[in-house]
Amino acid sequence: MAVWVEIDLCNGCKRCIKACPYGAMEFEDNKAHVTERCTSCGACIEVCKQEAIKTDVKPKEIPDFSDRKGVWVVAEQRGGELKRVSLELLGKAQELASALNQEVAALLLGHKVSGLCEQLIEYGAEKVYLADHPELADYRTVPYTDVVESLIRQYKPNILLMGATHIGRDLAPRVSRRVGVGLTADCTELNIDPEEKILLQTRPAFGGNVMATIANRYSRPQMATVRPGVMEAKKRPGLKGEVITHEVHLSPKGLETKILEAVTEKKKGVNLVNAKVIVAGGRGVGDANGFKKLEELAEVLGGELAGTRVAVEEGWIPVERQVGQTGQTVRPELYIAFGISGAIQHRAGMMNSRYIIAVNKDPRAPIFQVSDWGIVGDLHDIIPEMISRLKTQ
Amino acid sequence: MNIIVLVKQVPDTTEVKLDPKTGNLIREGIESIINPDDRYAIEAAVSLKERHGGKVTAISMGPPQAIDAISEAMGMGVDQGILLSDKAFAGADTWATSFTLGKAIEKVGEFDLIICGRQAIDGDTAQIGPQVADYLDVPQVTYVFDIEKVEEDGIVVKRRLEDGFERIQCSLPALLTVIGELNEPRYPLVDRLLDACKEKAPIAVWNAADLGVQVSEVGLSGSLTQVIKTFAPKVERQGQILEGDTQTVVGELLGKLKENRLI
Repeated sequence: MAVWVEIDLCNGCKRCIKACPYGAMEFEDNKAHVTERCTSCGACIEVCKQEAIKTDVKPKEIPDFSDRKGVWVVAEQRGGELKRVSLELLGKAQELASALNQEVAALLLGHKVSGLCEQLIEYGAEKVYLADHPELADYRTVPYTDVVESLIRQYKPNILLMGATHIGRDLAPRVSRRVGVGLTADCTELNIDPEEKILLQTRPAFGGNVMATIANRYSRPQMATVRPGVMEAKKRPGLKGEVITHEVHLSPKGLETKILEAVTEKKKGVNLVNAKVIVAGGRGVGDANGFKKLEELAEVLGGELAGTRVAVEEGWIPVERQVGQTGQTVRPELYIAFGISGAIQHRAGMMNSRYIIAVNKDPRAPIFQVSDWGIVGDLHDIIPEMISRLKTQ
Repeated sequence: MNIIVLVKQVPDTTEVKLDPKTGNLIREGIESIINPDDRYAIEAAVSLKERHGGKVTAISMGPPQAIDAISEAMGMGVDQGILLSDKAFAGADTWATSFTLGKAIEKVGEFDLIICGRQAIDGDTAQIGPQVADYLDVPQVTYVFDIEKVEEDGIVVKRRLEDGFERIQCSLPALLTVIGELNEPRYPLVDRLLDACKEKAPIAVWNAADLGVQVSEVGLSGSLTQVIKTFAPKVERQGQILEGDTQTVVGELLGKLKENRLI
């Protein structure tokens, strides 16, 4: 790609020299010349009245991707256990694949993990590409990138999804750069455009204040990561799947990084993501005692206690119980919000709950707009009443 | 030890809103700050320099006013800065951004370590670090919360995982992305900050020509992804407000829960 001056046409007016933002035009022997500082921006072409400046830069075209087929999910396993998000992604992949009339495949990397193929098939994978190698036993960035890259180059998928976990967010960008494709992080919605048949990737930006829909028209596979807990896992009973063993070649350079030690820290028995009922509190709860009452209600309902960032910052609940943009994303059957105003950062973490109930003193609190049922009132009266009624039932 | 730290100037996101009529971002009156995670990266770089000697270079891509972020980083102890600023860089996705940063790092030359924040609060993508590492073909460790050991040819760091951590040994040069657990960023020193704001401060401003790139490779035109729509998050439910005294509303609510087999 270049820009050049047809010397015979140049009348030495110097307009281009003024117009060039990069000082890339030189004046010599009464003619303009393009130097190596040129970035092909075209500013000179626009001002040249002699039409003496030419370029071979073409407008960007959308390549033909009709040979790119399949919706792929990179299955995440650690210590031989599949992460829930991989099954959730397979659920979404089934939907996308059926809109495209293409198949769902899972990539499984690890060592002695072939036993997990069955579960991936049960949750929607029509094919499982299995890369089994001792050096893949633990996740390491470069060896995993090497393998995913070689699979993409060999089988040419259309869409590639990964969980937006610590591993997924380490691997996905590395793979995208290596393969030369765009990547959209932390999507909350994925759809196929009915006309263009491309993947529409919707994600929050600016701390959740803005939603953006992003398209990836110029490269394949269309890559996206999705936060755990956002999509729904769907079993496909009776589905048969094929396991394809992929030969693993690793670059020696990538093996230099070594995991010296892996430490699992015990969580304090919190499982918000799988909870059916969540009782959550915010600033309006007022103090740690208020949260004791909430906890009692959560117990009666067989649910988990959660809260907003404010509740964590005040020390009323531990950070692992925080729901929202900077906490966990949850989708229980029932979410009860006490004294939570409903800032977008909190809503981002609980909006996909099946039913939402809000209790707040302020009738204008935005939480009421996302709730199925609301009570304008004092939670300190409502909670004891709920507990005593539920206990007598 | 030559350390490069990647810094982004971002709007203070908790205040960003969409204009309900135009759907555009309202940027007026919003303060610009150094991206919070990048402060940990700056602190890590400067404290490594203090222990092991060497030089820290901050690189930022952004509009001309992003020079303030570099000045602030220099106030914290960074030695020199490079601002990548050009209208042609505007509208870049992470593909085009990592290419531009990668080119700039190649131009800077030798380095032992690149440190960046885990993610920026305006986009939250966490993609630039790994993409730059791949562009430069160096190993990466993300979510670093402890730098245990730094030697001539390698480092030992701790990487945070959802349920624990890993201790990782990695050769140099390498790229790290760091999180808040790592350190407590220092405040800029006033006299350093003033020096960094002077005209003769060692801050270079590079455009597309300085990097030797084509306009079509950077910014919006060099991007592989495009934002095709922005909108305010939609609110789907029509909340039904239950009315009456405490006993009535609680009774009604529990009735609703029973109807829907929630209790």
